[in-house]
Amino acid sequence: MTAEIIFFYAFAVLALASALAMVTFLRNVVAGVMSLVVTMVSLSGIFVLLGAEFVGVIQIMVYAGAIMVLLLFVVMLLNLESDDFGPPRSLRGVSKLVGVLAAIAVAASLGVALSGGLPAPAAVPDGFGGTRAMGRALFSEFVMPVETAGLLLLAAIVGAVILAKKRID
Amino acid sequence: MFLVALIKSLFITLVVVGFFLPILTWVERKQSALMQDRIGANRASLAGVSILGLLHPVADVLKLMSKENAVPGGANRLLHLMAPLIAAIPVIAAFAVIPYGGNYRFGAGELSLVAADIDWGVLYVFAIASLASFGAVLAGWASNNNWSLLGGIRAAAQMISYEVTMGLTLVPLFMVFGTLRLTQMGEAQDTVVPAFAFLRIFGLDGLPTLLQAISIPAWGLFLNPPAFILFLTCIMAENKRPPFDLPESESELVAGYSTEYSGMRFGLFYLSEFIQVVVVAGLVTAIFLGGWTIPWLSQAEIIGAIEPWFGESVATGACLLFHVTSFFAKVAFVIWLQMLIRWSLPRFRYDQLMDLCWKVILPASLLNIFATAFVMLALGDVR
Repeated sequence: MTAEIIFFYAFAVLALASALAMVTFLRNVVAGVMSLVVTMVSLSGIFVLLGAEFVGVIQIMVYAGAIMVLLLFVVMLLNLESDDFGPPRSLRGVSKLVGVLAAIAVAASLGVALSGGLPAPAAVPDGFGGTRAMGRALFSEFVMPVETAGLLLLAAIVGAVILAKKRID
Repeated sequence: MFLVALIKSLFITLVVVGFFLPILTWVERKQSALMQDRIGANRASLAGVSILGLLHPVADVLKLMSKENAVPGGANRLLHLMAPLIAAIPVIAAFAVIPYGGNYRFGAGELSLVAADIDWGVLYVFAIASLASFGAVLAGWASNNNWSLLGGIRAAAQMISYEVTMGLTLVPLFMVFGTLRLTQMGEAQDTVVPAFAFLRIFGLDGLPTLLQAISIPAWGLFLNPPAFILFLTCIMAENKRPPFDLPESESELVAGYSTEYSGMRFGLFYLSEFIQVVVVAGLVTAIFLGGWTIPWLSQAEIIGAIEPWFGESVATGACLLFHVTSFFAKVAFVIWLQMLIRWSLPRFRYDQLMDLCWKVILPASLLNIFATAFVMLALGDVR
């Protein structure tokens, strides 16, 4: 139990620190992407600690692996500078204000939600979070949402290809 | 418990990094020499003795360690330093889930020869491999060199493409074995299946008894041969070795993402490439070549045969030794196979590489999934 708590805090601190670094590293886009990778990997560690092993490993495979490499690919291919990201210079002040307000709002709502103390953890069923349980759930109980999401993604891919092709033609 | 896990991890790391790695650099030189009708490395010698050039790995390490680690001007120092580490460390970690032996019972205790026996073993290897791809991409970007950058971009595109397909090529095996746990896959292959049982799909039931008696090991290779070829192609492309070495193709990009690396930092890229060859061999062995098992001789049979003479614990120990030897022999075979492919085929062109992934392997592996499902349904339970 204690080892779990130590690992939890280690991953949590790492996730928060690298998330902060990602925002402040806006000067160097590639360093920002790499800190986001560290955030993803730490989050996946927390998922595994919570027993959601499948989600944890998919988090690394899909987000930390594929999507972040894709992001790096785009940054490198287009040779993007930090000025290409975020709001234009004239709006920087406003966007900072909005960001601070949003952060305060999130912190306040979290404080209100957690002020009553945490509910007791629910009983974890046998094999919870494993590959078998996830597969069963996805392809029986939640088969409709899964298929709908798949269809939606397919439509998005086809749409992106059509939009890109129009510009080339 | 903790100590046992530590010993297992140390064992596998030492065998891979301490034995296979130096031997591999030598094998690569000697095999290429053999295939090109040359003599090969034989000059590194100690007091005039060169033992077939086996001292070359030592000379390599000494050379790499004593060279200067140059960082090009205008490069991002931190990322330039980190990239080789990101390339090398995950690759070694991938070996944690590959079992090099089965589960053995000594009296009250049990010994399972795998560092981490986790439920999602194969996915863990994929996840780790996807992290390792950052090494090449970052090295390309951080070097402040156009050749490096082009190599990095190629590496990114190649690795994303082949990662997706690599998962799909293995899905038929997940279906056949019904698990993602590599130890369970190994245990499932520790048996035999009748070689011609698949003819039942075509309604051929009354086979001659001679044919019925022929049995083959229940290895992934025999249960689903197309998946073996597709997977081997994908994982070799993922490793960026010839004929898939587009990210560092020396005829176009000098040395691609590793152009600006020297000394031990270059050595780390070199090291990660060779360790990856061993990881590929281990994974292919565990999934397709029966892992640690010995064909036609299951663990119970081996122990049963030795037990009457020497007692149970000696029999189990002997079985353990046989199994570990069998595993590493198969790994050595797959390494040799990879070397053979590496020195036989010319490099792909970039568009051919992408076409091979998206227009050949991806449709073929999807087809293989459906075909496997169909056969499994038609045969009922073959296993």
